[in-house]
Amino acid sequence: MSGAAADPLPEPPPAAAIRLSGIRHAYGDARAVEGVDLAVAQGASVALVGPDGVGKSTLLGLISGAKRIQEGRVEVLGADFADRAARTLTQPRIAFMPQGLGRNLYPNLTVAENIAFFARLFGEDATEKGARVAPLLAATGLEPFADRLMRKLSGGMKQKLGLCCALVHDPDLLLLDEPTTGVDPLSRRQFWEFVETIRAARPGLTLLVATADMEEAARFQRVVMMDGGRILADGAPADLLARTGQADLERAFISLLPEGRRGGADGALEVTALDPDAPIAIESRDLTRRFGDFVAVDHVSFQIRRGEIFGFLGSNGCGKSTTMKMLTGLLPASSGEARLFGVPVDPADIETRRRVGYMSQAFSLYGELTVRQNLALHTRLFSLPEAEATARIAELVAAFDLADHLDALSDSLPLGVRQRLSLAVAVLHRPEVLILDEPTSGVDPVARDGFWDHLQRLSREEGVTIFVSTHFMGEAERCDRISFMHAGRVIATGTPAALKQEKGAATLEEAFVAYMEMGGRTVQSEARLPPPQPKTQARPAAFSPRRFGAYAWRETLELRRDPVRLAFALFGTVLLMIIFGYGITLDVDSLRFAVLDRDQTPESRAYVDGFAHSTYFRAAAPITDPADLERRLKSNAIAFAIEIPPGFGADLRSGRPTEVLATIDGAMPFRAETIQGYVQAVHALFLADAAQMAGKSVTALASLEMRYRYNQSFRSLDAMVPANIPLMLIFIPAILTALGVVTEKELGSITNLYVTPVTKLEFLLGKQAPYVMVALFNFLVMVLMALFLFGVPLKGSFLGLALGAFAYVLASTAVGLVSSTLTNTQVAALFGTAIGTMMPATQFSGLMQPVATLEGGAWVIGTFFPTTYFMRVSVGAFTKGLGFGELLPFIAATAAFWPALLGLAWLILRKQEA
Amino acid sequence: MAMPLPSPTPRPARWRAFAENVGELVVKELLSLWRDRALLVLVVYAFSAAIVIQANGMKHDLSRATMGVVDEDNSPLTTAILDALLPPRFQPPVALAPQEVDRAMDAARFTFVLNFPPNFQSDVLAGRAPSAQLLIDATALMQAGLGANDISAIFQQEVSRFVLRHGEASASPVELQVRTAFNQGLESSWFTGTMGLITNITMLSVLLAGAALIREREHGTLEHLLVLPVRPSEIMLAKIIANGAVILFGAAFSIVVVLQWGLGMGIAGSIPLFLAGTALYLFFTASLGIFLGTLAGTMPQFGLLFFLVVLPMNMLSGGFTPLESMPPWMQALMQVSPSTQFVALAQAILYRGAGIETVWPRFAATLGMGVLFFAVALGRFRSFLAAQQ
Repeated sequence: MSGAAADPLPEPPPAAAIRLSGIRHAYGDARAVEGVDLAVAQGASVALVGPDGVGKSTLLGLISGAKRIQEGRVEVLGADFADRAARTLTQPRIAFMPQGLGRNLYPNLTVAENIAFFARLFGEDATEKGARVAPLLAATGLEPFADRLMRKLSGGMKQKLGLCCALVHDPDLLLLDEPTTGVDPLSRRQFWEFVETIRAARPGLTLLVATADMEEAARFQRVVMMDGGRILADGAPADLLARTGQADLERAFISLLPEGRRGGADGALEVTALDPDAPIAIESRDLTRRFGDFVAVDHVSFQIRRGEIFGFLGSNGCGKSTTMKMLTGLLPASSGEARLFGVPVDPADIETRRRVGYMSQAFSLYGELTVRQNLALHTRLFSLPEAEATARIAELVAAFDLADHLDALSDSLPLGVRQRLSLAVAVLHRPEVLILDEPTSGVDPVARDGFWDHLQRLSREEGVTIFVSTHFMGEAERCDRISFMHAGRVIATGTPAALKQEKGAATLEEAFVAYMEMGGRTVQSEARLPPPQPKTQARPAAFSPRRFGAYAWRETLELRRDPVRLAFALFGTVLLMIIFGYGITLDVDSLRFAVLDRDQTPESRAYVDGFAHSTYFRAAAPITDPADLERRLKSNAIAFAIEIPPGFGADLRSGRPTEVLATIDGAMPFRAETIQGYVQAVHALFLADAAQMAGKSVTALASLEMRYRYNQSFRSLDAMVPANIPLMLIFIPAILTALGVVTEKELGSITNLYVTPVTKLEFLLGKQAPYVMVALFNFLVMVLMALFLFGVPLKGSFLGLALGAFAYVLASTAVGLVSSTLTNTQVAALFGTAIGTMMPATQFSGLMQPVATLEGGAWVIGTFFPTTYFMRVSVGAFTKGLGFGELLPFIAATAAFWPALLGLAWLILRKQEA
Repeated sequence: MAMPLPSPTPRPARWRAFAENVGELVVKELLSLWRDRALLVLVVYAFSAAIVIQANGMKHDLSRATMGVVDEDNSPLTTAILDALLPPRFQPPVALAPQEVDRAMDAARFTFVLNFPPNFQSDVLAGRAPSAQLLIDATALMQAGLGANDISAIFQQEVSRFVLRHGEASASPVELQVRTAFNQGLESSWFTGTMGLITNITMLSVLLAGAALIREREHGTLEHLLVLPVRPSEIMLAKIIANGAVILFGAAFSIVVVLQWGLGMGIAGSIPLFLAGTALYLFFTASLGIFLGTLAGTMPQFGLLFFLVVLPMNMLSGGFTPLESMPPWMQALMQVSPSTQFVALAQAILYRGAGIETVWPRFAATLGMGVLFFAVALGRFRSFLAAQQ
């Protein structure tokens, strides 16, 4: 152990819940953790504090089992986490809430459904679950919102729901990663009260929380301070204060930092008074915004003078962000007016945008660009001259301490650094007005202080008007005036001192709570939790139908909540089937041709008539000269041309040999060959007629009798409709599953795969099952369409066809899963699926030509693609009239793809992250 | 009461600002694309290996047709006929017992089964005009029709030859000389290669542009751009130019390196003209992609929408099946689709050597549809952002 020289490692009691030794962890070249030893006793409550990017999240990831151990030993609840079996056995006793509001929850599931999902993952049965969930919901005050979609919850409620989901299985160890970042003060207070309630009800529960907020850390029995991937100090809050001789943990932490890293030591900034006659820079008059029935912002009015720092406080989802968006012109107001610089906001007004800097709540710079590239892009978009741009970037890099990160991809930055970058970009063009939506959410205290110093300097030295929303009371105190907002309405506006005074509150936080209650926000009462029920620690089953069911159910709900996707999924095939059924035909007919008749005799006209009367051809206007012939072929006005030489009639009459020239457009070889066949047939007919007229009898030496099997009329529709069914059943199902896994990766809920008992197989099958049902529905619809719309009879075994379809959709949905596990972005997954299915299915699976006639790579793809075999089942059952027994070999071949593809996805998918 | 403020930097002229912004955003788009390696690998594959596989594997002419034969005569005549069924059009005929025929055809092992009755040769020589039977698997539409013609011609020719000993078939009064314009060898790998290229161009450009838009919205970067002095039209144009440029480069590589050098494709017309047409087409497809992106709220919806729109556009463009054979209403509908125009102009330029004087109406139609979709997508841009809430 490094940093904590003065702090001997406390003797771990025998029942240590967590024991880490020699932990090191790196992401590529970036070292996150550099040698950490830590022991946490059972039943302890420990806060892991430190600025952003010191390795707190990495440690929690390792302890939860979500991250693979790189170096060192992780022992949790007595199990060595390097051992997969031991980890699997122990993970159900751990609950982990990752960083980010509701990051491991499902936005399109309701509160109750989210909880039920987690309960099923941990194998709770219905009665047990009911007994546990109701008090949890009551205790968190979520009960009235049980049927609300998670994405419509406020940030604080999301976190409480996250905690409910974490507690549903009665864990012995609770890991919370920055649970109150981005949560308003009242909700934050309630959240910690709830955590206390839990600890009171379950004394054996060990609690480990990562936070950047030192005030919060003071609530814990023990505080572990981290910096630069190492432990800086470790002890009870009081001990730490005593040891450093500081009044609060924040100062204690700063004093423990090595010299030169303490920053912001210049004390409070001199704040000059505002010019009371400064013009109004931002004005909102009865600004209102409705989304459907929901009034997000309700007649909000305020005026902000030039150079003023105006703060916006309120619970999450109270309309702060919406108001700010209307001020920037991003969102049109439903009624009322927003004015900047005395002029109504006009989204089309480019010049105003040069005078405004805006920072949205979520990180919205390009994650795939480096810090330097992001800054450079913005200097150019604001048309800064090259020299000025370079100077400005250097200035900002220094001001926001970005020098160490210049060439890092923005996505890989710790949250706090990203926020600093966002702010640097927002002020880059020296705007006169800054609109900042929770700019310091997730930023550590030291950085936050520096940030506010910067804001105050901008305001007072450069006269920049700043409109900022925040959840931190400390920040609100630094504003000139603040507004409290609740449920779309402004409840009170004034200077922090005036607001405190009015409510007789000692702190701004008390005033805030008082105003919130005034605004109609309920502050729920204390609730009791039942004591934990004894539980049996059974080894998790290798395959649990309940966990598989949980994922399948979740996926179904997700699909059901998205009516557009559901409609496409269920009926998209109907549309495609109609288009393809009528559109894809290999019949070659209605061919346009033209004649260059240099003879113009009855004989030549008779010859041409043979073509004109054929149903395959349609005569176009005669050709005038060879140049015309060339031109019309080139422009595809005609498919072929017949040229009759001068003297054709005379030669024919006198029995002299003569010849006719047919020129066929060879651009499309298949069509050209067919035309060639037709032309020769018409020609032969003419000869036979001519011979007959001349009185010669023509006898054949032998005849070849053609029998078209399966499709006597050689009707394209009869062959194409059954061949289209396999096509439709791969595109739609594969694209539906393709986004399944990758979406969880992008949104973060993949964590549930890492830390809950669900196995990879249950996860994959659960993702697949609903879409298999959708695909089977599509199959039935298409069979009905074939029978009744297209009139294609089903001559063979329906049972065989249905069984084949089942095997096939298992395979086609697995194709999507493979694509989804292979990729990291939804775009790439879509892309991979499109490329991976479209060509093999349409070209190499026997639709256009039998697989046996393919060569090389095409043959390999065709042979190892499921469509090939189901194509035979479908065509066999419909057109060839094959019975069940005869279809069986193809069904078996189709069925072989499912285990193979699923196995591939299983191998690619990881149960832990790097 | 607007606040007068000194402008810190001189504003460039409006059109120059427009061009500069678009330029910067194009660079940004290219960098973003560069970072998504999985996507890049797929793009490279789509313009190289995928084209080769399709060109070499798919034969739209009669090729490697599978033949079975039940030869109950086993005479020099039947052997001569079978020997004339030569590769590459036919695979060597496989001898079958009569009772095996049904099973083999049910299993789609053979597209054609030729059946010679006993005493076929002696009947021919005795002038009894026997008949042989050709069973054709009509579910293999393309092969069935072409192969039947071919086999029948070979059959007649061999019988005549046999009867006349090496005599030639009696001279016919009118000789039909068939000449193929533009692709004399009827080399189908050129055709399938080009059509594969067109399919991939369509697919990639629609997907890249549309998905990039949705991704930017999901990540909030679009909103961020709109508070900068950047117009929606600049954002859209940058996406179209950046993604279009990548695909245009891929297409140029494909046509010159893969098709022309690799597969020895004879290109009749001007490659620059073809690429100009491709650029116009890409303007349309990328605009379409952005339009679909604004219609679809989420990536999963976009994925489905993409398939529903692009699949028919590709399959019915005339690149796979002859346009003339579709029902008239569908032909009319497909004429509106620039994919049809593009297939037509590609065939005209690459195979028929058509110049701008021939293909300009198709260029104009493609551009017109592109402008239309660009305008509609631009109109939807802001409401698309607002709908995010």
